Amino acid sequence: MKLAPIWYSLLRRELLLAARRGADVVALLFFFMIAVSLFPLGIGADPALLRLIAPGVLWVAALLSTMLSLNRLFAGDYADGTLEQLLLSPQPLVLTVAIKTLAHWLVSGLPLVLLAPLLAVQFDLAGREIGVLTLSLLLGTPVLSLIGTIGAALTLGVRGAGVLVAVLVLPLYIPVLIFGAGAVVASAAGLSPQAGLSLLGALLALGVVFGPYAAALALRISLE
Amino acid sequence: MLSVHDLSCERGPRMLFEGLNFSVGPGTLLHVQGGNGSGKTSLLRMLCGLASPVAGKIFWNGQNIGDMDEDYAEQLIYVGHHPALKDDLSAMENLRFAQALAGQTADIAQIRDALGTVGLQQAVNLPLRVLSQGQRRRVALARLWLSDRPLWILDEPFAALDAAAIALVERRLEAHLAQGGMVVLTTHQEPAIAQELMHALYLQVAA
Repeated sequence: MKLAPIWYSLLRRELLLAARRGADVVALLFFFMIAVSLFPLGIGADPALLRLIAPGVLWVAALLSTMLSLNRLFAGDYADGTLEQLLLSPQPLVLTVAIKTLAHWLVSGLPLVLLAPLLAVQFDLAGREIGVLTLSLLLGTPVLSLIGTIGAALTLGVRGAGVLVAVLVLPLYIPVLIFGAGAVVASAAGLSPQAGLSLLGALLALGVVFGPYAAALALRISLE
Repeated sequence: MLSVHDLSCERGPRMLFEGLNFSVGPGTLLHVQGGNGSGKTSLLRMLCGLASPVAGKIFWNGQNIGDMDEDYAEQLIYVGHHPALKDDLSAMENLRFAQALAGQTADIAQIRDALGTVGLQQAVNLPLRVLSQGQRRRVALARLWLSDRPLWILDEPFAALDAAAIALVERRLEAHLAQGGMVVLTTHQEPAIAQELMHALYLQVAA
């Protein structure tokens, strides 16, 4: 029997675990939905106003939802000793971390991207803006996962890790928020959203190259 | 052959041990002894390469384990304090993934046999959360029947096990030693293993 690559087994394991704990994903989507829906309730249902705030609201909600899911990334594996076994796995730690990040995005990022168009309708966004919003989230949420992985690895085993990770990671999310929401705003103003989307793509490329390295380094330090 | 030269370990401001020298050759078991807080687990983690020593070096067949990376990981299995098992997965799934992540073959029939050997044939497909502490420990230790790695590093393998299971694990350790394997373990009880195969290392609790 040929040995399946370790990274493939790891990805399957992560996805199977997420499927067994489906309630976590549903709760996350609920949070995203409710956070987004609170704004029209608080601000008032003027269509012009809603169209104006929609990109920012959806992006901020996506950011907060991603952050809420970060503590699941390593904490469980750390508590039950799986993380030690992952470090002893005969594959580069960078690859292990990259696969965990990918699994995190598939479970916590992708569902937000898929739900966002539906919520955008609530805000009376036009079809083109909805397209740009979804595309910007598709490019941006992986960056959120990649940056979040570094934060989660750094705060592993620290008291009050939940708040600390927010303080650490949210400032780093600012560029993603600006370019992501900016692309939708530009599109709504009749300009090309290309600048924002290109910058998001650049952030994603940077994140894919450096994120797993930084997180792997942080993990080693946390587990010493 | 695992050999350790002048190893020191610090925990915060405290020096746990200094200038430790020993080696473990094929067919021998090293029983690390010492009171609570004497650095037994810290020592085992260093031997695995999970923690780097403050001073001193660890060699595997003459090569510094710090330079070997994944090659060293392919020589050992480590069963730590925490069993590294997921409550949401069955015993079978847990072991399949544990084997796959360790880069070893995860043959379903073999895993079923191993679980049968440790007395869990009824629990193969049950989620782990319905098993007792002792049964979980048995699942974690079933990896010993699936491993062809030369070096076994076991942290308190007998904790939560009943007498029958302890005897079972001891027989497995002896079989491994007979094949030229090496074992480093910590336990607060005296393992019932032929004395000539066993070396003891006593860590003094730092003042």
